[in-house]
Amino acid sequence: MIWNEKMECADRSTIEAVQLERLKETVERIYYHVPSYRKKMQEINLTPADIKKLSDLTKLPFTIKQDLRDGYPFGMFSAPRREIVRIHASSGTTGNPTVVGYTRKDLTTWAELVARGMAMTGMDQNDTIQIAYGYGLFTGGLGLHYGGECLGASVIPMSSGNTKKQIKIMTDFGATVLACTPSYALHIAETIEEKKIPGEDIKLKIGIFGAEPWTEAMRNQIEEKLHIKAYDIYGLSEIMGPGVGCECTAQNGMHIHEDHFIPEIINPKTLEPVAPGEEGELVITTITKEGIPLIRYRTRDLTKLHYGKCECGRTLVRMERCKGRSDDMLIIRGVNVFPSQIESVLLEMSETEPHYLLIVERIGTLDSLKLMVEVQQQFFSDEVKNLQNLRKKIAANLKSTLGIAVNVELVEPKTIERTSGKAKRVIDKRKL
Amino acid sequence: MIIKQLSVFLENKTGRLNEVTDCLGAADINLTALSIADTSEFGILRMIVSDPDKALKILKNAGFAVSLTEVVCLQSPNTPGSLAKALDILSGEGVFIEYLYAFSNGNNAANVVLKPGNIQKCITILQKNKMKLLKEDDLYQL
Repeated sequence: MIWNEKMECADRSTIEAVQLERLKETVERIYYHVPSYRKKMQEINLTPADIKKLSDLTKLPFTIKQDLRDGYPFGMFSAPRREIVRIHASSGTTGNPTVVGYTRKDLTTWAELVARGMAMTGMDQNDTIQIAYGYGLFTGGLGLHYGGECLGASVIPMSSGNTKKQIKIMTDFGATVLACTPSYALHIAETIEEKKIPGEDIKLKIGIFGAEPWTEAMRNQIEEKLHIKAYDIYGLSEIMGPGVGCECTAQNGMHIHEDHFIPEIINPKTLEPVAPGEEGELVITTITKEGIPLIRYRTRDLTKLHYGKCECGRTLVRMERCKGRSDDMLIIRGVNVFPSQIESVLLEMSETEPHYLLIVERIGTLDSLKLMVEVQQQFFSDEVKNLQNLRKKIAANLKSTLGIAVNVELVEPKTIERTSGKAKRVIDKRKL
Repeated sequence: MIIKQLSVFLENKTGRLNEVTDCLGAADINLTALSIADTSEFGILRMIVSDPDKALKILKNAGFAVSLTEVVCLQSPNTPGSLAKALDILSGEGVFIEYLYAFSNGNNAANVVLKPGNIQKCITILQKNKMKLLKEDDLYQL
């Protein structure tokens, strides 16, 4: 089923006409309602009237994550507070999270776009979807939730964790669709295997997985173990949340909803557009958002765009699975982690040196984060319990800043390599 | 009656202990007693040596996380029940023991290094009960 055939299968000139009209409205909106955008445009002598054709988009300045942080919490909002009906946030690098607000119309759009994506995977109102993304400030849980309801499916709002209960509900309620991070899907699959749950008790047909990098090999593994079709879903809270793009049954790239977003690919070093079909950093402009429209937002995700018509019949552009990042952000169990967050936690504590080494591994199917950190000479103790307490304190501080558990290992002073250049702080052993 | 113990933080990696003993051997420092507290992530080496201040300096310069810790050394007869007697006295008076290790130097006596929660109280109680505590000089030369 194609949810919105008119938009999803429109020819290029129709899409571009819609985009231009909506882009103009958006530029007008941010120019008059968001002081920081107006200032940026005035600095380069640009007014909304200068946006006459779609290619004028490249005249507009980029937006980066730091811009949202500088305006913390609501500085980038372009709708009055009385129109904001939902607020989400994602973890910040050094203290402040990035905050996004949605008007009622934004939430309706979000739900429709997620429903479109679900329809792309073959889901319909006869399906029961178990949502094992986290519910809360993170957009994953609620984003999929309202999309599922919009589609008319039966939604089970499980949230993440408690695998045993996930499997019980999955079998008892006959869930046909699972939505979670790909690594958690694998974990669920392995637990099902271990518990020797008979195949006929699992009714799953479709998996909608995202929020972390995964590979084709992982997809094959999940599909084989769970006997499902696994689809990739793309999104980021700054732009909307999950559902900015979603794979169709062709499993050949994620369709981006171009009537709501204009994607570009740039070279992250030169910031110039790359040649069509080349890999680079994905930049997205939102053209229907009211709460917090963003112009040329640098996602930092590296990918390629394909404009050819898809075998599913949709004409919406397809983005390839993300290849990596153009910054140092790590995605651990679906949570964004910046090495600078770890540094700030260590700097705030007097007992540790800001010399550390972060080791990311995939143990079994789950990512694990190990932090090696130097103990300062004067805080060294002859008693095991004091050192264990120090470890626990560092781990607790990291957990409260990062939102995920970190395995802390204390090491001797001056044992972590010092380099004169950019220090090697992260060793990512995951084979992605 | 307070004894200086050398405590060294050791990462769990092969050869790290040798490096400590090599440093001390080269500086002509003798080890009287030693014990290691091991955890799954790291170890703490505790030693009684012939010249703790010099050893501290040497190990610090060699880049170890090292400190001096105050402990007491009880000398008890090398006979069944004598350690139990001393520990009964201490626990009866509410003295908590963080850790202890023992060694015998061949004579008819056993030496027990104790790290009590309250070192002054521990010394007073043991002396009041006529227990023999070794002095720094006695111990470092054993």
